[in-house]
Amino acid sequence: MSQHGRPSRRHFIATSTGLAASVAAGQAIADTLADVPARAVGADLSGHSERSKYVKIGRIPEAGPGKRNVDPSDAINSKAPLDKLVGSITPTDLHYERSHSGVPDLDPAKHRLLVHGMVRKPLVFNVDDLKAMPSVSRTVFIECTGNGWENWHRADENLTVQNTHGLVSTNEWTGVPLRFLIDLVAKDRDSTWMLAEGSDAAGVARSIPLTDEILNEAFVAYGQNGEPLRPAHGFPLRLVMPGFEGNLNIKWLRRLEFGDRPWMTRWETARYTQLQANGKAIQFQLRMETNSAITSPSGTMTIKPGYNRITGLAWSGHGKIAKVEISTDGAKSWKEAELNLPALPKAQTRFQMDWTWDGKPTKIVSRSTDDKGKVQPDRKSFIAEVGTNALFHYHAQQTWSIDETGKVRNVLD
Amino acid sequence: MFSIRTAFFAGAIALALGSPVIASDFGRPATPDEIALWDIDVRPDGKGLPPGSGTVVQGKQVFAENCAACHGDGGVGGIKDRLAGGQGTLASGLPVKTVGSYWPYATTLFDYIHRAMPYQAPGSLSNDDTYAVAAYILSLNGILPPDGKLDRDSLPKVSMPNRDGFVPDPEFDPAKLFRKR
Repeated sequence: MSQHGRPSRRHFIATSTGLAASVAAGQAIADTLADVPARAVGADLSGHSERSKYVKIGRIPEAGPGKRNVDPSDAINSKAPLDKLVGSITPTDLHYERSHSGVPDLDPAKHRLLVHGMVRKPLVFNVDDLKAMPSVSRTVFIECTGNGWENWHRADENLTVQNTHGLVSTNEWTGVPLRFLIDLVAKDRDSTWMLAEGSDAAGVARSIPLTDEILNEAFVAYGQNGEPLRPAHGFPLRLVMPGFEGNLNIKWLRRLEFGDRPWMTRWETARYTQLQANGKAIQFQLRMETNSAITSPSGTMTIKPGYNRITGLAWSGHGKIAKVEISTDGAKSWKEAELNLPALPKAQTRFQMDWTWDGKPTKIVSRSTDDKGKVQPDRKSFIAEVGTNALFHYHAQQTWSIDETGKVRNVLD
Repeated sequence: MFSIRTAFFAGAIALALGSPVIASDFGRPATPDEIALWDIDVRPDGKGLPPGSGTVVQGKQVFAENCAACHGDGGVGGIKDRLAGGQGTLASGLPVKTVGSYWPYATTLFDYIHRAMPYQAPGSLSNDDTYAVAAYILSLNGILPPDGKLDRDSLPKVSMPNRDGFVPDPEFDPAKLFRKR
């Protein structure tokens, strides 16, 4: 959308897609039904459905905080267009991506998964072995621990919700329960940690504690939204760890090693640890927190006085979203939003609420609560607790300011 | 959670009821040689460190040829992660996280270089060169002397300045997590 003044309605509709358009399109471009184009025979059927040419939607490759509009070769992640998505499932090709050393081109016929360590029977599996095993399918969010990192220090008012929160997505993943593999290799009872390692150039590896929750819920996925994984998301195999840091969901999985303590890899010491104000860093902060963001109206959009529908997404690594509250007066008063059910555990849940804007400058903000009673913190409390140097695990409430022209901007609070 | 459990137990029941597919039919045994080929991880206690050794002096040459283009001469000023300096900055408004100021274990340095570096050709450094370049990076941070040397016995004993700089999340504290079992 235009960042130069107030866009015309026609421009707004032409450049918007999805829910944003339906919110604003009180009147259609065709003024009478006579203006609607006549029916005509369409294009040939094809083996693959493409998006409408009228839909402009895509991810944005970015680097670190504040490093936008980068060359794709310098990007470290690619953000999902939350402002243009509806419902709660992320289209497969728009699922956010974080890759540490490029996307490897892996031939599934040559790919192997080695499972070894403190086990009685170390085994090598191929992809067909895994597909022949009992499977589970589960709809869960995966979120990069860097999601939200644009707003640690300051709020760039030109950011969209794709920039601020686009490192989270929800897909249905299908694969083999970790516990099934553990039984096959006859894991030693004294093994309490597992190293999961990828087949990317960097060999990304994380130590995972074998808690009951993880033993019950982790699985080795080969399927994503009903088809084999996409290469960017780990083809042919990835570990899925519902509710936990994105980087624990090891892509291009090629090895699981069982041991009795963490390995202290680079990613769990030097990288994905959260530096606090006192200079000490939190380590093994593995669970993703209770979080939410209003996706419409959101940063860089423009609204009109009168009826508006506020909508957004909420998620929690602790469980189901139980409640989302919305404030339209800068967090002074709160009203409970509707949730689009079912609210699945550890999956994104859409929320919405009617709102009549009186045309006066204000701020809107959402606050989620999960079924474990965890409440998304306001930014001041959050920063007071962790400081501004943590880089990862930002999950404070997202505030959008709206000025007298209806322009929506990213602000801290 | 429910669907996973249901499916898992459904699978387990099918196996128990004498399905022609028995557990050991999946996969094949892994041989010790192929496990050794892939088992590259190194723990803080030194488990996983290969034989070999390297000196700071040798490492300076390895670094110049393989690392300096991205990390800068002396591990500072490159286009990628800074590797040296920053000690004393972690509690400031501009923390500088380097091997010397932040990394808690020298074994992690070996593991990471060995598995992931140099970026364009990971795994291409020999064990000796990996020990050497790790020694050089530690020397840049004043952790090893200019005549220092590393091998599988000495590397785990290196005392990193920020060894006590980490606080585990209470929910996943390795020291307490499985104590009750």
